[in-house]
Amino acid sequence: MPEVAVVAFAQSPAVRRTEASGNGVELLVPLFQQVYTDTGLSKQDIGFWCSGSSDYLAGRAFSFVSAVDAIGAFPPISESHVEMDAAWALYEAWVRLKLGEVDTALVYGFGKSSAGELRRVLALQLDPYLMTPLWPDSVSIAGLQARLGLAQGRWSERAMAEVAARSRADAVGNPEAQLSGTPTVAELLEEPYLADPLRAHDCAPISDGASVVVLAAGDRARELCARPAWITGLAHRTDSGQLGSRDLTAAPSAVAAARAAGGDGVQLAELHAPFTHQEILLRQELGLDDARINPSGGVLAGNPMFAAGLSRIGLAARHIHAGAADRTLAHATSGPCLQQNLVCVLEGGD
Amino acid sequence: MSHEPLSAELRVEFAYTRSLGPTLGAFLTALRAHRVLGVRGADGRVHVPPAEYDPVTAGPLTELVEVGSTGTVLSWTWQPEPLAGQPLQRPFGWALIRLDGADTALLHAVDVPGPESMSIGLRVRARWAAEPVGAITDLACFEPLDTATPEPPVREFAEDVRGTVSPIDLRYRHSASAAESEFLRGVARGELTGQRCPVCAQVYIPPRGACPTDGVPLTDWVRLAEEGTVTSFCVVNVPFLGQRIPPPYVAAAVLLDGADIPFQHLVLGIAPEQVRMGLRVRAVWRPREQWGHTLENIDHFTPSGAPDAPFDSFARHL
Repeated sequence: MPEVAVVAFAQSPAVRRTEASGNGVELLVPLFQQVYTDTGLSKQDIGFWCSGSSDYLAGRAFSFVSAVDAIGAFPPISESHVEMDAAWALYEAWVRLKLGEVDTALVYGFGKSSAGELRRVLALQLDPYLMTPLWPDSVSIAGLQARLGLAQGRWSERAMAEVAARSRADAVGNPEAQLSGTPTVAELLEEPYLADPLRAHDCAPISDGASVVVLAAGDRARELCARPAWITGLAHRTDSGQLGSRDLTAAPSAVAAARAAGGDGVQLAELHAPFTHQEILLRQELGLDDARINPSGGVLAGNPMFAAGLSRIGLAARHIHAGAADRTLAHATSGPCLQQNLVCVLEGGD
Repeated sequence: MSHEPLSAELRVEFAYTRSLGPTLGAFLTALRAHRVLGVRGADGRVHVPPAEYDPVTAGPLTELVEVGSTGTVLSWTWQPEPLAGQPLQRPFGWALIRLDGADTALLHAVDVPGPESMSIGLRVRARWAAEPVGAITDLACFEPLDTATPEPPVREFAEDVRGTVSPIDLRYRHSASAAESEFLRGVARGELTGQRCPVCAQVYIPPRGACPTDGVPLTDWVRLAEEGTVTSFCVVNVPFLGQRIPPPYVAAAVLLDGADIPFQHLVLGIAPEQVRMGLRVRAVWRPREQWGHTLENIDHFTPSGAPDAPFDSFARHL
């Protein structure tokens, strides 16, 4: 099977509210232009397109179809969509490349979280019989998970605040970040609870944004990128939809995905952890004690839904493109309390 | 084009109506009668709420087990400002509750005055809804064991619960794109405008964020005529919810002179059986005092009286 690499990445700045419409076109057109410029590709050269977005976020049916305008989809193209974070769209594109059907693919994700009430909209991804009718919001559900870990001594409120402080500080150098700064841990711990034991800084902000990743196979990748980020492992797994039957202080599907992807010994990891305690949990579960975590600031510095996981892969690849790392890991999640997890391992060199 | 985009409240509402299988049907039938059922998993654990399929073996689970309506809080969080649809509309606790006799936890609300009343290990009991309907909300919430809320009487129902209805109610701030906003501002002035693609020169109405052929932003504005050609049509004979005029009537694709893409509107003022491809029509505007930022400012299109357009003149726009 051909080797497949990430050869280009672009993302819009994460912002609290964009004036763009919910169909993603205005966000996506400039990102497409950027990756065409970076690679020398034109839209006619792309073998397969795949996107991730959500109708519930946009508040209308088949919203992803309008986004296809950004592609310029004539003559007809080969295109697909997942109603998940676009990291899973990248998985679909990767399979097509591995099968040798195409040698390039463009993956994009977008979301206008500001249009609706995000933490309430996310109740619609729960069990529709016994959970959604109670409208438990995403922040409250994460609070239940955080409490379990606190009670078991897996993390402390101070350790959670330390994640937030480091994330904000790392984001100072990231022009695409929504939140950055240098708060002290003591200052953060004085903030009131949003959903006890979570404070506002423990939760990723509500963000609008989009991102784009270009994949290419074999020699095509070498033509398009001086130092392609080769995908040496890519896997995704899911845990039970029955929240109350899971051990929420563990992330078995993340561990299984990382094992299948060969995630040992990475220098750097971009983790998709929308809550501070989830970053600690993933670090512990994936054995990432020696890796640099989220130098971008992570999603605590900007969390455009349905693009944020794809961005982790693009950001982890950037370090390889730049020659700053040889082996990196990207993680994406979807669903409540890290229910679904995807791990992508990237390597430079040849 | 320096205007802010137009935006408006958008409310999405529907009653999500679902049928239930034997496991969830039995669970909600029992819940309606103030009883709680779990299901025994392949490993002997009792799942409450019941799982239809074993989380480990994926085999169907059928052995229903009655458990208590009292239980223990395993984890909790506090909801200081309840959101629409949540079990209580005053501050409350969310909890994972393991009912007595169960091995897994149920997510529900706990009615206590403040977070200081919540703790891991808190003993709670079910508070039943006064008007059960066969839904998870028949469990109104949980309350500490020593709370003395009187229990409503158990109702008798002739039929088992076979389905459940979840009301979905979502509110959005829907924004038009910059181009759509400019178009709608034109419509509010009684003007029809389109946008021309700088690459392929096609003129789109309504304008869109990017040319669907070339993927580039549309930039050049074009004023369009109020007359056009029917390129295609259908006679609507079927009544439906929200219909504004009684059927039969004609919904047609109208290609305005100067545009390269038709848009849909009503064609009235002519018997439906006389509408045809190539029919020349013109816009009939509503009285100006009724105008807003909507294409409904044009009430309908009506025959202009001009001779039909030859097929070749619109064949490329079908």
